[in-house]
Amino acid sequence: MSKGILVFAEHRAGAFNKTSFEAIAAAQSLGRELQQTVTAVVLGAGMANLAQTIAAYKLDKVLYAENEKLAEYTPDGYADAMEGVVRTIDPQYVVMPHTYLVRDFAPKLASRFGKDVISDCLRATASDGGVIFSRRIFLGKMDADVIPSGEPPVFATFQSGAYRADQAAKDGSAAVETIAVEVGEVRMQPEPAFQEVKQAVDLSKADIIVAVGRGIKGQENLALVEQLAQALGGELAASRPICDAGWLPIDRQIGSSGQTVAPKLYVALGISGAIQHLVGMKNATTIVAVNKDREAPIFDIADYGIVGDLFEVVPALTEAVKKLKE
Amino acid sequence: MKTVVLMKQVGNKDAVLRINKEGTWIEEGDLSYEVNESDGYALEEALRLKEKHGGEVVVCSMGPQRVKSVIKDALARGADRAIHVVGDDLARLSPFAAAKVLSEAIRSEQFDLVLTGLQSDDNGYAQTGVILAELLGLPHATIVIEVDASGEGLRVKRELENGWYQWYTMPRPCLLTIQSGISQIRYATLKGIMAAKKKEIREVAPAEAATASTSHQRITKIYFPQKSKQTQYLGDGNARAGAAELAERLRTEARII
Repeated sequence: MSKGILVFAEHRAGAFNKTSFEAIAAAQSLGRELQQTVTAVVLGAGMANLAQTIAAYKLDKVLYAENEKLAEYTPDGYADAMEGVVRTIDPQYVVMPHTYLVRDFAPKLASRFGKDVISDCLRATASDGGVIFSRRIFLGKMDADVIPSGEPPVFATFQSGAYRADQAAKDGSAAVETIAVEVGEVRMQPEPAFQEVKQAVDLSKADIIVAVGRGIKGQENLALVEQLAQALGGELAASRPICDAGWLPIDRQIGSSGQTVAPKLYVALGISGAIQHLVGMKNATTIVAVNKDREAPIFDIADYGIVGDLFEVVPALTEAVKKLKE
Repeated sequence: MKTVVLMKQVGNKDAVLRINKEGTWIEEGDLSYEVNESDGYALEEALRLKEKHGGEVVVCSMGPQRVKSVIKDALARGADRAIHVVGDDLARLSPFAAAKVLSEAIRSEQFDLVLTGLQSDDNGYAQTGVILAELLGLPHATIVIEVDASGEGLRVKRELENGWYQWYTMPRPCLLTIQSGISQIRYATLKGIMAAKKKEIREVAPAEAATASTSHQRITKIYFPQKSKQTQYLGDGNARAGAAELAERLRTEARII
């Protein structure tokens, strides 16, 4: 009988992504509610050491599924390997982070079980022995509660920031079990991944982000915002119009067409808070909004709001922060 | 190169959504429709490939008669012909069932390439294309932002996260899901609109076995996202006071400074 929760941990360039730990937190939360064990799976070739690092989390077991064809990610390779693992483990739920990599192979994996994925979930709550998954639809305007049906396993992916990586419980007791998995023909050949923009930043790893929107009015005013970011020790980011105008590079863009972040502090300066922006930052722990317009939707999700002119607020805030840090 | 482009009709992005009486879906009666954004880019890519390498572009869409507007628009932009899978409830199918219906509708076409958008703007499952590839036994790549068809196979540039990219090479036939913004979308010309009137739109019924397959995820309730935060407004109109108070709160409450 199908039992337990299998969580997929994703890695690239020899390190797990933060969203993998979020997925572990999601799986653990589900495991507590359903009183089921959680097993993590890592795919790769020559990655046993990496798999070992995840054993620090509170897991029943870490499965390291090895095949030389898994040295590089391909959808064919990962779907084959995961299919083998899922059939062996026979879990009730398969939990994965909703990353570009998972989006690329998870539907293929699920379809081998005649199913699809409950994708991009925000929450999973136990209810009457089953689970209700909540996901955002209509580009963030609406939430939907979804109930899975049919035979297990249930495949679900969780949105970046839906669960907090630092809430993933650790007790360091999990055993790592290495298994060989079968991988059939891999039809696609990857070339090495590369970055287009030279100083590309991974904003999802930043603890503090200071973001700027249309309210900044001109590129020459960005220095003001940079000074605040520096004082706070944070990264500079922007809403789409700023990047479209070329005032900041696209790798600083937050939102549905840019990066999704969940920092400890997000300061939104002159950003009205269109949904396309909100989806990229709403999971920040603390959100500060500075805007002239009291009705701006950004205030709906802000913990602290200052209604006022950012050209007055920002320099004053920079000064105040510097003083407190002295 | 013969390309099939899958296009979905979705509710207008700027539409004000209302929840139906049962709380299970939106009121569709007052909705205006448009083509799913990334599917528009998929069509554009297909048309560009045809201009470069010759061949044919076949559009496939499913849904009630209203999806004809998406189809006619695609034909006016330059697609050669279309397949319309006609059915009222097809837009609500879960991704596996939708892919199954589409696979039956296009299986007999001798295509080299299937293109579709990376996800829909309504349900946002981001899966139908990938599942379809599996059902048709095709290799696939998702979130594609450049296609090079000059070689024997296909070389495609995929967007990874955080500014990373990667090229993949794969044999044809294959399926790609296209990212919005891959290129500039053309407008339909008057000549195109006139020419479209003579182009074939083949109506087909969805394969019965496909629509009968059980959905594995059912929406029980939809609702507006909860406003989870109570905003503390600081400064009361005084920028300096607000800034000073905020810095203090960030230290004592949020413990960030």
